[in-house]
Amino acid sequence: MSIFTIPSSEVLIQGILSGILMGFVYALIAAGLSLIFGLMEIVNFAHGEFLMLSMYTTFWAYALFALDPLLSVPLSAGVLFLLGWLTYRGIIRRILGGPMLAQIFATFGLGIFLRAAAQFLWTPDFRQVSKAWVQGPVRILGVSVGLPQAVASVACLAAFGMLYWFITRTETGFALEATAQDRQAAALMGINTERMFALGWGIGAACVGVAGAFLANFFYVFPHVGSLFALIAYVTVALGGFGSIPGSLVAGVIIGVIEVLGGLLIAPAFKYVAVFVLYLVVVLVRPQGLFGKF
Amino acid sequence: MLRVQNLQVKYGDFQVLWGVSLEVHEGEVVCLLGPNGAGKSTIINAVSGLVRPLAGCLEFCGERIDGLPTHEIVTRGISHVLERRRVFPYLTVEKNLLLGSYQVRARPHREGSLSRVFSLFPVLRQRRNQLAHSLSGGEQQMLAIGRGLMSRPKFLMIDEPFLGLAPLVVTEILKIITQIGAAGITVLFIEQNVQLALSVSHRGYVLESGRMVVSGSAKEVLESALVRKVYLGI
Repeated sequence: MSIFTIPSSEVLIQGILSGILMGFVYALIAAGLSLIFGLMEIVNFAHGEFLMLSMYTTFWAYALFALDPLLSVPLSAGVLFLLGWLTYRGIIRRILGGPMLAQIFATFGLGIFLRAAAQFLWTPDFRQVSKAWVQGPVRILGVSVGLPQAVASVACLAAFGMLYWFITRTETGFALEATAQDRQAAALMGINTERMFALGWGIGAACVGVAGAFLANFFYVFPHVGSLFALIAYVTVALGGFGSIPGSLVAGVIIGVIEVLGGLLIAPAFKYVAVFVLYLVVVLVRPQGLFGKF
Repeated sequence: MLRVQNLQVKYGDFQVLWGVSLEVHEGEVVCLLGPNGAGKSTIINAVSGLVRPLAGCLEFCGERIDGLPTHEIVTRGISHVLERRRVFPYLTVEKNLLLGSYQVRARPHREGSLSRVFSLFPVLRQRRNQLAHSLSGGEQQMLAIGRGLMSRPKFLMIDEPFLGLAPLVVTEILKIITQIGAAGITVLFIEQNVQLALSVSHRGYVLESGRMVVSGSAKEVLESALVRKVYLGI
């Protein structure tokens, strides 16, 4: 018996479409990670926990105030922006000049703390938004996909577009880019680089704030939910190229599709194998990623 | 315009400047000379706030600026062109220049500043849509100086503008420095070649091992015993 199963073409098309849809969500999560890394060469190992917090923000807004996840997108984005800003001001700023290990463990430790805190405060239970506005399937291009997934996908793509516009078309975006390329030279242009770093953390976290709000529509919310998405985000950023925002879009879609194809062609339990094999290949063949400068 | 008094700077346990004083008056072109490692860059880095002084006083236009963050110091009308140009490598020439006028007080004059820089360095107009890292060393230096002028500074500091450049380009940049000075911008620049630097300067300072050893008009510096012996070998 072959380990590969050949799915029908309809299943294949449906799989690829849902892979692309999920890819846009991955892309936005990865863009936040990439933005922070590109700005100051620090990997935010608490990125998954940021996502978890944004999903809880959305869940509690629904459970306590009956706010539909669609309505809590600005709330979640705002809360996460604040969290990112405070993480920079309270933690990252203090370890910038420190040894590399201190920089790794600061965000890693923050991640563990947030996960444990969520478990302590809200128990490890799986929670779910049960009566959301958008639910059920929708037909796109003749195949059926979940409406919440489709909405999340389109919204994340739109948020990604806004992020890209902000970075490449606005004065503050130029200042962010300049700070990323040469911090001292940027300061000499009159750019408040401290504020740019805090802003970068805020925006990077707000990206998962948006993604998390939409994910809460169709994904269980629990303290460890971030780990899986974070792992995929690291692979996405590595594939797209560390620090490259367009790279995370392309890589996000590739990974979304590969994940689904891996599940369809081998077995659902193995879908992440395909993703991480791809990661290993990238690290071996093109360590700087598709669009990387490093 | 600029008054540096008794400036002391330490990098960790290593003291680089031991009480350095210097002054630049409005309308002057002044050069800061001395061998590698003397602390020349440290002085102007301290002026622009990139380096924190251990002791001493920095005054610009009569106001103390030591202790202020860099982005506030430069908005007072100081521009600092870093050593090795330090253009933004992955931005276009034009965006590099526009970032030079990022400061709020410089933004309304953007168009005018840009055309002034383009007339000073016509090659930058041709290269405006190219990424800065693809320029030659001389062109990058022109971009760095042009970017420094975009904020319409009263006072321009340039760190080793001729470093690693071909003789023809050196001549061109010397000419530009004279033009900038003639346009009413006060200039302080760092250089190691004494004769070259003094040929366009009103006054000069010579720094050695963190101490000012010679200062005076270009002629006085050139004729001082130490410069004649050590730098010119006469």
